Parts: sequence; C-alpha cells; structure tokens
Amino acid sequence: MNSGDTAWVLTATALVLLMTIPGLAFFYGGLVRRKNVLSILMQCFIILCVISLQWMLFGYSLAFGPSFHGIIGNLDWAGLNGVGMAPNPAYAATIPHSVFMIFQAMFAVITPALIIGAYAERVKFSAFLLFTILWSTFVYDPLAHWVWSTGGWLKALGGLDFAGGIVVHVSSGISALILALLLGKRIGYNHKPIRPHNLPFTVMGGALLWFGWFGFNAGSALAADGIAANAFVTTHMATAAAGLTWALIEWWHNGSPTILGAVTGAVAGLVAVTPACGFVNPMNAMFIGIMVAVICYLAVAVIKAKLGYDDSLDAFGVHGVGGTVGTIATGIFAQKSINAAGADGLLFGNVHQLFVQGLMVVVTIVFAVVMTFVIFKVVDAIIGMRVEENNEVMGLDLTQQSEAAYTVIE
Amino acid sequence: MKLIIAIIQPHKLEAVKKELEAVEVNLMTVTNVLGQGRQKGHTEIYRGAKEAGGLLNKVRLDIAVNEDFVEPTIAAINKGARTGGVGDGKIFIVDLHECIRISSGERGGKAIG
Repeated sequence: MNSGDTAWVLTATALVLLMTIPGLAFFYGGLVRRKNVLSILMQCFIILCVISLQWMLFGYSLAFGPSFHGIIGNLDWAGLNGVGMAPNPAYAATIPHSVFMIFQAMFAVITPALIIGAYAERVKFSAFLLFTILWSTFVYDPLAHWVWSTGGWLKALGGLDFAGGIVVHVSSGISALILALLLGKRIGYNHKPIRPHNLPFTVMGGALLWFGWFGFNAGSALAADGIAANAFVTTHMATAAAGLTWALIEWWHNGSPTILGAVTGAVAGLVAVTPACGFVNPMNAMFIGIMVAVICYLAVAVIKAKLGYDDSLDAFGVHGVGGTVGTIATGIFAQKSINAAGADGLLFGNVHQLFVQGLMVVVTIVFAVVMTFVIFKVVDAIIGMRVEENNEVMGLDLTQQSEAAYTVIE
Repeated sequence: MKLIIAIIQPHKLEAVKKELEAVEVNLMTVTNVLGQGRQKGHTEIYRGAKEAGGLLNKVRLDIAVNEDFVEPTIAAINKGARTGGVGDGKIFIVDLHECIRISSGERGGKAIG
C-alpha cells in the first residue's frame, strides 16, 4: 500500500464528482431555456445519488466483480462484500480496494448524466429515473466489465481505453443519439437553435469539467506516478488545442469566435484525449485535440443541421463522436515508450492496435444502440418517456418539480 | 395631459435623464424592452447554427406630463438619445385621461409632476 497513491486517487475521486455536479450540471443547465434549468440540475444531482447507491448495492460487482466468462461480473461483491481496506492487486495494488471502487463509482455516475444532453427539456422525471437505472445496469456495467475488468473480453483482446473513451463517452454518446431519434424534436425546434438561457453558467460548468477531468484522466493511472503526470499533461494540451481550434474554425466559418464554441471545443478535446491520455505523448495529444475539434464541429454544426435530429445539447456530437475519434486516435498514437502496459499504435508500426480499437468502437455502438432501444421501449411502455405537450411548453421545472429557478416579481 | 412613451438605446438612458432633469421633468418609469426597427434585429450563432432576427435590447421611458411640458420633454429626449443612425428609437405621444397620486388622492394636473 502506498499513501501517496491513495491520497491522489481519493483526491481524483472528488475531482470526478465535481465534473457531474456542478460541472456538467451547469454546462448543460446554461444551455437550456430558463424554464428547464432546474430539471437539468435535478437530473444530474439525482443521478449522483441513485447511481452511487446502485454501484454499492450491485453495480460495482456487475462491472468489476469476478467474471462470468468475460461478459459480466457476478454478485460476489454486491453490497461491497469483501471490498474493503485491503488492496485488490488485480486492479490497483497500492491503494485500498474501496478507493478503487469509489473512484469508479464517479465514472458510473457521470456516464448516464452525459446522456441528459440528448433528451433535455422534454423527458418525464419518473421515466428519466427508471431509464437511468436500467441503462446503468444493462449498458454501463457490462461495458465497464468488458473493457476494464480482469477477464473482460475486450480487455483480453488488447483494447486500450485509459480513462473511458469507450466505456463512458462512446457508450453515452451513441445512446444519446438513439434517444434523441426515438424521443423526437422539442416543440418549436425547426433546424433553428433554441437560445441558451445562461452562457456564463455553461462556461463555468465547462471550466469545472476541465478542472475535474484531471482527476478523471490522471486519476485513472491509479497511482501518483509518471503515467499520471503524462495523462495530466496530455489531457491539458489536447483540451487547449481543441478549444482554440474550434474558436478558429468558427471565426473562419461564421465570422465570429464564440465562447460557447471555445468551451464546446475544449470539452470535445477532453473527451477525445480520455482513452489516449495514458498512452500518447503531449505533441500527439495536441494533434488529437485539433483533429477532434474539426470532426466534432462538422458533426454538430453541419451534419446535425442536415439530418435534423434534435440532440438538444449535443451529447452525441461531442461525446459520441469525440469518444470515437479518441478511441481510434489511441490506436494511431499510442506508444509503449510512454506506457509499457499499453501498446504501440499505427504510427509506431502496429496496425493491429488500430484494428482492435475500431472493433471496440463497433462493438460498443452495436451494443449500446440495441440496449438503449430496448430500454427506451420498456420505459416508454410502462411510464411514457416524454412529457405531455402542455407540460413541455410550460417547462419541466414547474411541471416536473413544482419550482422555478428565477423570479421576475418579488 | 399627455403620456410620452420613448423607446431609446440603452446606453443613452443616462444622457436622456440628464436632459430631462435640465427641463425639470423628474418623474418617469423605465423598463428594459426588446424590439426591432429598420435594422431588423441582429444575428446570433450557437454552435454553428445561425439565428437571424434576434430582438435588440432597448429601454422604454413612460413619462406623464402637463401640456406645457410636452415640447420641452420631446426636445430633451431628442437631444439626449440622438446619434443620427438607425436604432436611435421612437417617441410616441398619447392623450392621458386622468392621473391620480395614490398617496394623497390628488387628481389631474396637480398629481402629475
């Protein structure tokens, strides 16, 4: 056991919590209309409560417990049975097992929270709650098992995902797209943007995401070591490159660089460097940042407008597309001289790694699409996913939560 | 009695107030409003999606005056708010039937100033 490692991973855990609330909550909350801001804050907040408990009761065991043929964990660790102060060397030999568990809990929390961006402003709270629990149990937990757990079948194939490009971002992003398609457009959304009600909130939330992401990525080293330091630096440089690139593209394409563009680009950079951060060098991280800004800009500003689906806050365009770019880029830029536990990518003479990364993306997309479709249909049949039309017009804050964010008259 | 409604550029409010005070028009109600004129609003861009025709911020003044004060008030607003470009705003004048000061119950011309 190592006190430095333990202290760092505990700190990183708190940083990842900060990403969901207030980071993501305000990033998304600022983007919706004023009548729906509390619904976003509530959804993020309740996901933290509910998925933390799900994780303790059975989620952690499903994701990381003793493997059933590489498909899913069994329930030996349900209720955190046997997950205590002694390290579990298979995951992290130098920190208590409970520290690894709670660090992973924050990942399980933020992943379904990312999906909120797709169904924002039109989902019933009760349906959201049931959907989230089912999605976390039947999509996130198995995927985390496949990619990260000892005995997981994608891990056995040699797939690289340092901090969750596949498990967190591709899975939530592609599920978000399916939800946006199944749920339909918001009333009044006609290929025209619905104006964000508070961009300063969005910028503050985005900045907190950047800050918390150091815990997400550098914490995923599970030690206070050189790999963590490399992940910290690559995370920062990819994000800086992506934020700048997005603003420059806008400047050239639309005539003005926007702060919403800069912060969106930065988040895309964070997403893309997530799977790669522990395996690539800082210069290549910068290239990943530039690349993801260009591709996500096309996805959000050009392709979404052409296809006309209403991914309200671009959960798919940023997380799904960005996560895919990052996972593929890992197969290009990864190098063993950075991380001996990783692999060489295409640039370092290993074509096979690119193939494995591509396979991971395809498997995740197929799995997430099918499962999200099924879960949506189940919840829609039981509760109904979408609010009534008049409730949507009045806003979710008043109709789902009986409260208002802002008063006009005292 | 007349009710003078002026729509002006927000950044001209202080200048207009100063000019009104100079002609001893001290009572007014000020509100933030949105509007568009010949310039047809402005364009906003969110994640590459353009929204044209966004309404512009304006300030509205509601000023009730006796007949003697109508022309000085108009002159003061013109002086304070004019830049000579589009978007300077408009002044509307309507007849006012009655005016009542709530604290004393006074009516008409006495209650207005």
